Amino acid sequence: MQEIRNYTINFGPQHPAAHGVLRLVLELDGEVVMRADPHVGLLHRGTEKLAESKPYNQSIGYMDRLDYVSMMCNEHAYVRAIEQLLGIAAPERAQVIRTLFDEITRILNHLMWLGSNALDLGAMTLFLYAFREREELMDCYEAVSGARMHATYYRPGGVYRDLPEQMPKYRESPWTKGSDLKRVNGWREGSMLDFLDAFTDDFPKRVDEYETLLTDNRIWKQRTVGIGVVSPEQALAWGMSGPMLRGSGIEWDLRRKQPYAAYDKFQFQIPVGRNGDCYDRYLVRVEEMRQSNRIMKQCVAWLRAHPGPVMVQNYKVAPPKREEMKQDREALIHHFKLFTEGYSVPTGEVYAAVEAPKGEFGAYIIADGANKPFRLKLRAPGFAHLSAMDEIAKGHMLPDVVALIGTFDVVFGEIDR
Amino acid sequence: MNEAATSFADRLRERLAAQILRVIDSVDAPTVEVKAEHWLEVARALRDEAEFRFEQAVDLCGVDYLGFGDAEWDTSDVSGEGFSRGVEGFGPGRFKWSERPESAHKDNRYAVVVNLMSLAHNRRLRLRCFAADEALPVVPSLISVWRGLNWFEREAFDLFGILFAGHPDLRRILTDYGFVGHPFRKDFPLIGNVEVRYDAEKQRVVYEPVSIEPRVGVPRVVRDDARYQQARSESAHAAAGK
Repeated sequence: MQEIRNYTINFGPQHPAAHGVLRLVLELDGEVVMRADPHVGLLHRGTEKLAESKPYNQSIGYMDRLDYVSMMCNEHAYVRAIEQLLGIAAPERAQVIRTLFDEITRILNHLMWLGSNALDLGAMTLFLYAFREREELMDCYEAVSGARMHATYYRPGGVYRDLPEQMPKYRESPWTKGSDLKRVNGWREGSMLDFLDAFTDDFPKRVDEYETLLTDNRIWKQRTVGIGVVSPEQALAWGMSGPMLRGSGIEWDLRRKQPYAAYDKFQFQIPVGRNGDCYDRYLVRVEEMRQSNRIMKQCVAWLRAHPGPVMVQNYKVAPPKREEMKQDREALIHHFKLFTEGYSVPTGEVYAAVEAPKGEFGAYIIADGANKPFRLKLRAPGFAHLSAMDEIAKGHMLPDVVALIGTFDVVFGEIDR
Repeated sequence: MNEAATSFADRLRERLAAQILRVIDSVDAPTVEVKAEHWLEVARALRDEAEFRFEQAVDLCGVDYLGFGDAEWDTSDVSGEGFSRGVEGFGPGRFKWSERPESAHKDNRYAVVVNLMSLAHNRRLRLRCFAADEALPVVPSLISVWRGLNWFEREAFDLFGILFAGHPDLRRILTDYGFVGHPFRKDFPLIGNVEVRYDAEKQRVVYEPVSIEPRVGVPRVVRDDARYQQARSESAHAAAGK
């Protein structure tokens, strides 16, 4: 009699479907997963410890590098925690700009998720489609902050600066010229708000295109329907949030339940799944893109009608204007103190969370009155989701593990921190 | 802080009086400091009792309170020394592995903090539990209450060396295989202990002591002056005028 043993394999850390640096130790019985043991931490950079040795403002840039496909949402949680400790509030216009960019970020993230997840499950075209639209939105990131991804745009007390009057245009190059150049610059004649208006008008059609490719696609449904079912009870026990929670039929969205920024000003709906499988979470995410688009549209209209400051006028927290510094000694001192020493945050602790595209992203800060956080803990949604891997993956086939990693929407920047 | 939340803090005080040290009103949600021996009991009560219903443990983290509130730059007095007084400190960025302060001591040095959320009542709560023994910090594991805390407890063990009694699988999670020490402790150097590179001659990866020098750009400064009160009153004023 031949002895039959379970087979243990290493999935990743260098596997295109491992979404970065996931090492997954899988115990297989034939092709059925008996046990999944994710090894994370290959991208651990000690962000939290680094933040403890720097003034508060210098760590905002680290936040971008956590979940590097939803950059500004991470900043938002961190900045909001500081604001709550300081007892300051950003001006209304800054709040709406943050709302706008949180939604841009959500679309960026979901496009990345949709593209790469579809690619993992064998649909190549969608990846190209998704990156086409990501390009437009990354240009918005670039227009306001100068960086396409790691923006450092949100600051305690507001945002770095107001939206640009002129949307940057493509220049003529051997690859883009003539009618091509005219086409890509078509939306870019006016301000950034004009550009976003054109984008939001067009985007629902693009989402329809994605749905044409996937929603009723037989292969897509075979790979996702009934795979990775998460019951509502499981979702709560494992600390899941965002689309993972909503996919299981629990209507919970921090934007609605614990409104922050300017979400209480705008109309939107919260899509909820029914079966809690990968397909439902796909539908939830696609619908979220449509809702984000709707919020963006409203933000643009609001921003057109309400000019105003985007940063608090408190020079103990926010730097004074450069022109002022040339004239005013007081302003120069403020600037110097702010950039050499920073501001001291009163003793206390706070946990501030935002509804990031992947779920609840939170920043927990313990302040001891110093100009640096005493302890900063970042709560990453992906960390909680991935920790449920063993329970969810048990009994699935090996190829379904790829669908699961995709549906958890893991990004190792935030999981390993 | 609205009224409902304050009364909630009072209800907590009343219900858990025997099992907790105190309830602090933080900016966002009440913080409850729980006695270690009642940690599990309190957690279970908060999850199950209809009044609390904290179905979800959002986050768990370790804290090392060594050096809490210490400044590296004296701001209470005038000095003629300039920036030089700001370069001699004792924060984690200022020493190497060989110079780490091994005799550092503080009462209630390690704590575990859990952030809870109740979806039923749309409410948040924070629990804190201090580990009694500094040399061997042990806190009961909460996995039996919220199984999703599994990895969070592993992380706190990995980074702070806090042991969770009753955890089934307390392995390191974020640091390298074979890592020595607990990197988020305040007496662990910021630059770390060892660095890794590929050695072409030995044809394998080698570990060596770190070659970079410890350096901190900005000293730790504790100030509590009028400006923050001013900021608060200004924003309150602006909110009232809106």
